[in-house]
Amino acid sequence: MSTATSTAPAPRRDAPAAEASGIAVRHVLARIGRYVFLCAVLGFFALPLLWLATAPFDDTPTITASLPQFTLDNFRALLDNPYALSSLLNSVYLAAGTAALVVTFAALAAYALSRVRVPGRDALLYGLLLLSSIVTGTATMVPLFELAFRLNLIDSRLGVILILSGGLLPAAIFILKDFMDGTPTSYEESARVFGASPLQIVRHIVVPLVRPGLATVGVWAVANVWGNFLVPFLLLRGPEKAPAAVIMYTLYTEGGQADLRLLSTFSLLYSLPVALMFVFVSSRYGFRFHGGIKR
Amino acid sequence: MTGRRSETGASPAPDAAGLGRLRATGFLVPSLVLILFFLVVPAAWTIYLGVTNYRLTGLAAANPEIVGLDNYTRALGDERFRTSLLLTLQFVLGSAVIGQAGLGFAIAYALRDRRGPLRRVVEGFVLLSWILPSSVVAFLWIALLDRDGGTLNTLLGIPGTAWLLDHPMLSIIVFNTWRGTAFSMMLYAAALENVPRSHLETARLAGASTWQQLRDVVFPRIRGHVLTNLLLISLWTFNDFAPFLITAGGPEQRSEILPVYVYKVALSGGELGFGAAISFVMLLINLVIALVYLRMLGRRKEKV
Repeated sequence: MSTATSTAPAPRRDAPAAEASGIAVRHVLARIGRYVFLCAVLGFFALPLLWLATAPFDDTPTITASLPQFTLDNFRALLDNPYALSSLLNSVYLAAGTAALVVTFAALAAYALSRVRVPGRDALLYGLLLLSSIVTGTATMVPLFELAFRLNLIDSRLGVILILSGGLLPAAIFILKDFMDGTPTSYEESARVFGASPLQIVRHIVVPLVRPGLATVGVWAVANVWGNFLVPFLLLRGPEKAPAAVIMYTLYTEGGQADLRLLSTFSLLYSLPVALMFVFVSSRYGFRFHGGIKR
Repeated sequence: MTGRRSETGASPAPDAAGLGRLRATGFLVPSLVLILFFLVVPAAWTIYLGVTNYRLTGLAAANPEIVGLDNYTRALGDERFRTSLLLTLQFVLGSAVIGQAGLGFAIAYALRDRRGPLRRVVEGFVLLSWILPSSVVAFLWIALLDRDGGTLNTLLGIPGTAWLLDHPMLSIIVFNTWRGTAFSMMLYAAALENVPRSHLETARLAGASTWQQLRDVVFPRIRGHVLTNLLLISLWTFNDFAPFLITAGGPEQRSEILPVYVYKVALSGGELGFGAAISFVMLLINLVIALVYLRMLGRRKEKV
């Protein structure tokens, strides 16, 4: 910065016109370069997605993305496969169960941590943050499998919900405590003056106040569970209980020639909820960091 | 979204609803029980299992014996483990540090003063690749890179190039770059808003090249973001299981990063004890990355 400004005046005195045109040329080149780069980026990110947009509607879907001979017949393949639609239901079940558990438990914990001086609170929060970033499903798949086996949670959807909730809770508590710290306590105080019990205050005052926070955590939990492959893959046996993430994998790995009609329509249907959720969230709240992460 | 970290500072006011310590503890219990059972116990159990010869089936399944550090010495001597560790390092450096962080910054920088449709479309596609379910994007990449009919080979006019067989590591590195750049892009976009436009303008008018602008004006102001970004994406990439969905570690273990290695040894191969020892090594690596990250957060908070 300082070097740049100090060297500037010297050449300008010698040949102002040449310097100015040099800057202009460089400016134009930089603009062109930037467009080329952005187009390349767009191509790189869009290319793998092309197939997902074309194949489901193609008369004779191949592995290559190409302009489709439009048809909706492929979606019939979803009905013919015994597990396609039921696996989506399983995904809904896992996602809804986990989200409900995480939102409820995290809200309770975050409220207590935000309003009451629990001894060792800061250490607890620090520990939770550390724990949740270290103990990932990937690093602990062996003991998780063992644990589920001992607790009789193998092939149990409840087991998957509990394990996923345990992993999501620390971050959820953090996000919600942030929200609660940011809400004024005056409503709670006045409700108390009018004789409301603590539990009434929590249910009728605090919950409505932090509803946006609860929604954020809910959406975040659903998105996490919806795409999660590893935990249900480890714990659920057989295709009846398997969620869409696992069924999708078995569709292209098991049994010879993959049925591209089924694969393409199933991929699309399975992706649609998260895509819609994303559109909803980004149009409503804007999908970006507001510098909050830097701390 | 993962980015919001709360400060553990003072609460706005102590206990406005009159909850009391007892009920507050009651509020904490459900969360803590779940966390204890499914985060703390697995972590602790990894340590125990790692020193046993526990197996999924057979004699050692019924009566596992303590074998001390045998699993660890065996791992150190195991060619497959060492290769896997090396591949993991390649994967993290290639796809997270160079791929995601580099590309994410480049996109954020190229879009920094743009509003309007181009920015929205580029960001939209980058984010889409981030949010789609991993088993779907895994198949999209298998289709893209298919030897005979893949879209890539068709476009390049080189049918018959077996990307996943001949260049498995390159394939999953490019895949993971594609998959995860969104986070870095958004983080750097937020960071670049902290760089005053006037400073960049002055530097540009003074004839500083793009590289000089980046080095002297931009980088000093976003150094903290860069560190945060690198640590988080390294942690996530290190724990990423998605490559399993594409190459399953193959061919001939040439893309067998640690998560895939653990899965194959412990759950497919049934050697739970040995797998747990490897898991413990992974936990330690996670711990180191996370501690550096938290250390940095703490230090920066002191400065603020």
